[in-house]
Amino acid sequence: MEFPKDLKYTKEHEWVKVEGNTATVGITDYAQDSLGDVVYVELPPEGGSVTKNEPFGVVESVKAVSDLYSPLSGNVTEVNDAIIDSPEAINEDPYGDAWMIKVEIGSDDDLADLLTADEYQKFIEEEK
Amino acid sequence: MEANGTKGLLLNEPLIFEKSSEGRVGVEPASFDVPRADAAALIPGGLLRDGLDGFPDLSEIDTVRHYTRLSQWNFGLDSGFYPLGSCTMKYNPKVNEDIAGMTGFTRIHPYQSEDLSQGALEVMYELEAYLAEISGMDAVTLQPSAGAHGELCGLLMIAEYFKSKGRPRTKVIIPDTAHGTNPASSHLAGFKVVPVKSEGKGVLTVEAVKAAIDRETAAVMLTNPNTLGLFESHIKEIADLVHSKGGFLYCDGANLNAIMGIMKLGDLGVDVVQFNLHKTFSTPHGGGGPGSGPVGVRLVLEPYLPVPRIKKAGKKFKLVTDRPKSIGRLKAFYGNFSIMVRAYSYIRRMGGEGLKRASETAILNANYIKERLKGTYQLAFDRPCMHECVFSDKLQQADGVSTMDVAKRLIDYGYHPPTVYFPLVVPGAIMVEPTETESLETMDKFIEAMRAIAQEAKTNPELLKNAPANTRVQRVDETRAAREPVLKWTGVKK
Amino acid sequence: MPYIPHTDKDISVILKAIGVSSLDDILGSLPAGLRVKGSLNLPKGLSEQELKSLLKGLSGKNSTVEEYTSFLGAGAYNHYIPSVVASLISRSEFYTSYTPYQPELAQGTLQAIFEYQTLVCQLTAMDVSNASLYDGASATAEAVLMARRITGRHGVVLSSALHPEYRDTVKTYLKGSGDHISEVMYCTEEGRTLPGALEGAINDNTACVVVQHPNFFGSLEDVGELARIIHEKKGLLIVVTNEAVSLGLLKPPGELGADIAVGDNQSFGNPLSYGGPHLGFMATKTEYIRQMPGRLVGQTVDKNGQTAFCLTFATREQHIRRERATSNICTNHGLCALAASIHMVSLGSKGLKTLALLNLSKAEYLKERLSSAGVKPAFTSQTFNEFTVKVEKDPDSLLKSLLKKRIMGGLSLKKFHPVLSSHLLVAATELNSREEIDRFAEELAKA
Ligand SMILES: Cc1ncc(COP(=O)(O)O)c(C=O)c1O
Repeated sequence: MEFPKDLKYTKEHEWVKVEGNTATVGITDYAQDSLGDVVYVELPPEGGSVTKNEPFGVVESVKAVSDLYSPLSGNVTEVNDAIIDSPEAINEDPYGDAWMIKVEIGSDDDLADLLTADEYQKFIEEEK
Repeated sequence: MEANGTKGLLLNEPLIFEKSSEGRVGVEPASFDVPRADAAALIPGGLLRDGLDGFPDLSEIDTVRHYTRLSQWNFGLDSGFYPLGSCTMKYNPKVNEDIAGMTGFTRIHPYQSEDLSQGALEVMYELEAYLAEISGMDAVTLQPSAGAHGELCGLLMIAEYFKSKGRPRTKVIIPDTAHGTNPASSHLAGFKVVPVKSEGKGVLTVEAVKAAIDRETAAVMLTNPNTLGLFESHIKEIADLVHSKGGFLYCDGANLNAIMGIMKLGDLGVDVVQFNLHKTFSTPHGGGGPGSGPVGVRLVLEPYLPVPRIKKAGKKFKLVTDRPKSIGRLKAFYGNFSIMVRAYSYIRRMGGEGLKRASETAILNANYIKERLKGTYQLAFDRPCMHECVFSDKLQQADGVSTMDVAKRLIDYGYHPPTVYFPLVVPGAIMVEPTETESLETMDKFIEAMRAIAQEAKTNPELLKNAPANTRVQRVDETRAAREPVLKWTGVKK
Repeated sequence: MPYIPHTDKDISVILKAIGVSSLDDILGSLPAGLRVKGSLNLPKGLSEQELKSLLKGLSGKNSTVEEYTSFLGAGAYNHYIPSVVASLISRSEFYTSYTPYQPELAQGTLQAIFEYQTLVCQLTAMDVSNASLYDGASATAEAVLMARRITGRHGVVLSSALHPEYRDTVKTYLKGSGDHISEVMYCTEEGRTLPGALEGAINDNTACVVVQHPNFFGSLEDVGELARIIHEKKGLLIVVTNEAVSLGLLKPPGELGADIAVGDNQSFGNPLSYGGPHLGFMATKTEYIRQMPGRLVGQTVDKNGQTAFCLTFATREQHIRRERATSNICTNHGLCALAASIHMVSLGSKGLKTLALLNLSKAEYLKERLSSAGVKPAFTSQTFNEFTVKVEKDPDSLLKSLLKKRIMGGLSLKKFHPVLSSHLLVAATELNSREEIDRFAEELAKA
């Protein structure tokens, strides 16, 4: 299982990549692995807004449903429509092709409590 | 060990639409003894149908063979042991089918005069009374169509009770062991679901309920015995607690097969219960219904029961609709009558003693399997169980084998798998409910198979992962079904 | 004891294996004071033979639509059921199995449901059908809830020509989510929902309009026009069909603009059974699948690439989504759906059209005979196999006197619609012979 060091993580198993004023959000390798084969994903519309710790979408496998919780608040500047048609990308490349949304960072405070790769890895080991 | 399976001849069979040949009719309707109406002249142009695209045309024998072949791909309770936990797959007596098929029961119209329906009303009236006696409730409605429908009925009555007192309540407390229909029905009835954990010993504690309960709590909804097969031993105290807050105790009665004649839910403080006639009372499950989900209540809730009610005036039975506090109705007409007839027949055949013996034997059987398989499979809770027991795949994980693999391998041994991955609180749950109608020999063979599979998990795990191997179709790709949905036939008819 | 195979010896083997000397050792943890003392106060058990004769006696206290000539319909229709239906659904591999959770052991049930879903789509001209719901009334309620989820709106407009027990069921189901239900009155002359009236009844918060077609009075509705009106306001149209045989002749809901088609398929293969079990159906457009309640079967392949079927889109359902599920339904009416499929297949496209025409013809003949006897249709709209008539005498006493002639002469509408205090709803199907219809008209004329 991979935990890229350049990403930040949430306890709800999302990852965040910060580039300038933009945060890219997806779900972690661990999340896709526990869900199993993803068959459906629901994302917010481009131009909409998301709120920290609130659901912004849904991922489903054959036998599980999981809400996607936003790691930060802000406007959605881009949505990865490709994964809506090919949700299997979430299993195949969770940190790459299967990014979900890009959010314009409103406040850096939002990012302050996110976990580092090491912290996240420790967290899931404890959760098991 | 020797497997149940042997070689058989299973025929392939296409979709019915692919067998069609334009112009064939299976069973022709009666001939016209009245003038043939001119549909085009009578029915306004915009409302007349053009065609019936794809609708199949088959001869009678082709239809018969089609469904006969499909039936042969199925495994029913009559085919073999079906220890599907929480579903009470007990034998479905044939005599009940004969009785339910009597024309005096099948060919009666729900709106025919009450005078002409006295037999039906009598069966229903008495069945209500029997269910009340079995559960210790004061009144019963037979209207709901299944367990979940009954849950909705009970919860709507509770909601209505508080509304009519001018103090609507908003919450229902539900333990994490509950069946999915419990929270779903609560939500549908307008409640917010407050989940509580059944900590430690697999049963709900008074403390856990205490921490969650308040004056907004309309009901605590539990299942007894619960879905771990354990008796909710603090039920009386929980009942007292919820009553002291002015709320109700709802019991999901899906597991009633464990306590008939042993305990009455009413004595335990339960205010509302739904019965699953298609479980406890031996009516067949039909490959997914129809069932029947009567609801029993205490007197305070009686005014809220759905309409119509059956009343007896002298020797006559009648339907009463004028009940201002009633929640209304949950379906057209009165309920799944032909299922009621079967359940009524079952109760009359068994009698009070027989029902008690059924529950006692169901408990013995479950404990027998529990004792003989513990150690081979991890028990979720090593305590005496009621009518079912829950294992997990914890001991098999080291072999890289999961509950699903064990379940699928059981198929090769000629068994329907137990309920798996439920209850959700036990990861990799394997829930076995043998029921009282299974013999010692049947259970012994099942136990042997389960042990053989545990052994295979160690020596040849691939056997499990590739199972089932003996079925006509092997492991089904459910992911593809969801990713590339094909929900109907879209070919072109011959 | 019936159905319990244990001998005394078996019991002692079992007790020994458990390591207890009696059942009480196991039940020891149960609160002792709460155990049932003595036995349940129920009648003593019966032998199979006694049971059968007891129940034969009870069934004999009912009078059937075989012994009487029945003109009752109103949501439960007396149709001829071909012998193949009972014969095939009595195969115990079908009727003694559970919901098909283990697809490898249930391909028969699964393929049969897949075929049923297809048949319903063909009948209704909709994209997808579920595996079944309880009955037409609860299916209507589920459709209304679904329309609310799709539109995010609350308002529900019911045609008052929708079956009264369906309307009541919708009201009960909506108690938990705030009712916001209004009714649009039917036209007292035409006996159907007027598009003009609907226009005034809907607004921007209307989630859906529910119309029955043919409606409770038997009248055909102007479904296409009603669809246009509600679609203009971006609400959904729910079309209810509870006499499914009509679909052999009538343009299907999908071609008339329905967004959700629901109703009861009892007319196919399911006996009256005093009102249940009947067979709720629901079909809708592809885009609404995720909001649909109930089970769905999909076609896929097994690991060898062979065609196979399984339950799918299960994440909508209660066992996964719990309180956020699209419905609480679990057990549905699978065997009733199988019966309906077998009946439909036995008819085939030609047989179904003929059956529908036969029903129309019988009803038209009945209409004409009753008219000659002075009993005229109450409304001007065209009908299928059921219609409303106005009678001179009090309908209840009229029906009583007809019973003496062994005729169930229809349904008095007084208790459902007080203004229709001298009205009867009468239905005719292929099971009403010409002689029966003639006799009914004669007796009515005499009375
Ligand atoms: C514990 C429990 N509660 C409720 C239900 C729901 O019953 P039904 O399927 O009849 O709606 C079930 C059945 O699956 C169950 O096992």
